[in-house]
Amino acid sequence: MRLKYVLNEVLVGLWRNVTMTVAMIITMSVSLTMLGASVLLYMQVDQMKNFYYGEIEVSIFLRDDVTDAQKSAIDQAIANNALTESRQYESKQDAFKKFQVIWRDSPDFIKSVTPDSLPESYRVKLKDPEQYGAFADQMRGMQGIQDIVDQRELLKKVFDIFNSIQLMALVVAGVMALAALLLVGNTIQVAAYSKRREVAVMKLVGASNWFIQAPFVLEAVAAGLVGAILGFVFLFISKVVLLDGRLQALTNVLTPIPNGNVWLMLPLLAGVGALVSAVTAWVTLRFYLRV
Amino acid sequence: MIQLENVTKTYPKASRPSLDNVSVGIEKGEFVFFIGPSGSGKSTIIKLLLHEVSPSNGKVVVNAKDVTTLRSWKIPHFRRSIGCVFQDFRLLPNRTAYENVAFALEVIGKTKAVARRVVPEVLELVGLGGKEHRYPHELSGGEQQRVAVARAFVNRPLILLADEPTGNLDPDTSIEIMRLLDRINRTGTTVVMVTHDSNIVNQMRRRVIEIESGRIVRDQARGVYG
Ligand SMILES: Nc1ncnc2c1ncn2[C@@H]1O[C@H](COP(=O)(O)OP(=O)(O)OP(=O)(O)O)[C@@H](O)[C@H]1O
Ligand SMILES: [Mg+2]
Repeated sequence: MRLKYVLNEVLVGLWRNVTMTVAMIITMSVSLTMLGASVLLYMQVDQMKNFYYGEIEVSIFLRDDVTDAQKSAIDQAIANNALTESRQYESKQDAFKKFQVIWRDSPDFIKSVTPDSLPESYRVKLKDPEQYGAFADQMRGMQGIQDIVDQRELLKKVFDIFNSIQLMALVVAGVMALAALLLVGNTIQVAAYSKRREVAVMKLVGASNWFIQAPFVLEAVAAGLVGAILGFVFLFISKVVLLDGRLQALTNVLTPIPNGNVWLMLPLLAGVGALVSAVTAWVTLRFYLRV
Repeated sequence: MIQLENVTKTYPKASRPSLDNVSVGIEKGEFVFFIGPSGSGKSTIIKLLLHEVSPSNGKVVVNAKDVTTLRSWKIPHFRRSIGCVFQDFRLLPNRTAYENVAFALEVIGKTKAVARRVVPEVLELVGLGGKEHRYPHELSGGEQQRVAVARAFVNRPLILLADEPTGNLDPDTSIEIMRLLDRINRTGTTVVMVTHDSNIVNQMRRRVIEIESGRIVRDQARGVYG
C-alpha cells in the first residue's frame, strides 16, 4: 500500500514538471554517455598496452622487392648487433595470421586484406628499448629495408591522443554532470514547493522522514536511470555506427572494442546516474524540507 | 503528562526571550487554556511541545519523554501521540474531508482498510456524518475546523494541542468547536488550547494559564479570561 502510494507520487511528480524532467534526463544522459565513452577509452588503452607492449618492440619492414641475399644480410646484421636481445622473422603469411587474430571481430575488414598486401618484417626485441635510436641508425643504411618502426613511439603517440580524447570526454561529462545536478536540485525544490502543504501535514501527523522524502528522491533516481539507459543507447549506437561502420579506417590502430565492455557500461552508468541523483536529491531535501 | 521546567526560548536574532524561565505541569486528562496578549509566547509553547523548536534552556517533557534530548529521527514517531489543530485548519484543498483524515493515517503506515473503518467513525464523532466527500472549499469554516479536529484525533492521541482553533470562526461556531474539544477531553485526552476568546474561557471554567512577555503571570484552576 505504502509502496503504491510512493510510486504514484513519483509518477505524478515526474509528470507535473515534465519539461524539467525532460531537461534533467537529457543532461543526465549526455553526461553519462561521455562518462561511459571515457571509461571505455580507458579500458581500451589499457587493453592495447597489454596487447602491444608485450609484443615486439622494433619492426623492420622489408621492401616488397627484397631479394633473398638482402634478407640474409639483414638477418645477420640484426643477429650480430650488440643491442639485439632476440629477433623473429615474420612472413607475409605470419603477418596475415596475426592480423586475423587481432581483427577477429571485424570479418569484413579481414576479407578486404590478403596476405600479399602485408609486408614481411623482422621483429626485434632490444636489450634496452630506449636504445632504439642507435639501433635504427645502424640498420638504416641496409638494402631492402622499407621502414624501421619503433612501436613504442608509435603507440605512445596513439595513446597520447586517446588520453586527451578521454580527458575531453571526462571534462564534458563533468560539466554536464554539474548541469544535471543543478537541474535535479531545482526540480526537487520545485517539487517540494508544490507539495509543501502535504509535507507540512505529513510532518504534523508524524510521517517518518524517509516516507516524506522517498517520493522526491525516487523521482530523481527515476530520471537518473532513464538518463543512464538513454546514455547507454547513445554509446552503443555510436560504437556500432562510428567504429564498426564509418570510421573503420581508425581501426588500423585501435584494437576492436569488445561488446562485453560496452555492455558493462549499462550497470555502471545506471549505478552512477541513480546514485548521483539520489544523493543530490537527498542533500537538496535537507535544505528544503527541514524537520 | 506535560512538564515545562525552567524553559527559556530565545529565537535566533531575537533580542529578548519569547519564553522566560517558564515552569508548568499539566496532568493527564486536564483541559488547559493558555491566554495572553499577542506576542506573549503562547504559540511558542505549542511549538516546543511539538518539538518544532527546541528550548534554549530548560527541559520539556511530553508523554514521559524528554523532548530536549529526543533524537531527530525519533521526532516523527513522537508526534504520532500528539494531535494538532490550528487557526488556519491546514487541510489539503485537493482532497475530500474523508481523504484529508485518511491521509493522516496512510502516511503513518496504516492500511486503507483501517482508514475505511476509523475515518467514518471519527467524522461522525465531529458531526460531519454525510459530508465525507465534500472538498474543503465546499465546507464552512466551522466544518473545515471539524475536519481538522477529526484528523488530529483519528489516531487517538494522548494529547491534543489547539492553537487558536476558533480564531477564524464566528462566536456560535466557536462554541460548537469548543464543545467538540470538550467532548474529546472527556475521552481522557489531555487538551491544551491557546485562545483569545474570552467568551469561551469564561463559559468553560477550566484551568487558565496567562502569559505576558514570556512569563506566566497567572495559573488558575477554574479560571476566567480576566
Ligand atoms: N521564528 C521566530 N523568530 C524570531 N522571533 C519569533 C519567531 N517566532 C516568534 N517569535 C517572537 O516570539 C514572540 C512570541 O511569539 P508567539 O508566536 O509565541 O506569540 P503568541 O503568543 O502566539 O502571539 P499571537 O497571539 O499573536 O499568536 C513574539 O515576540 C515573536 O515576535
Ligand atoms: Mg500564536
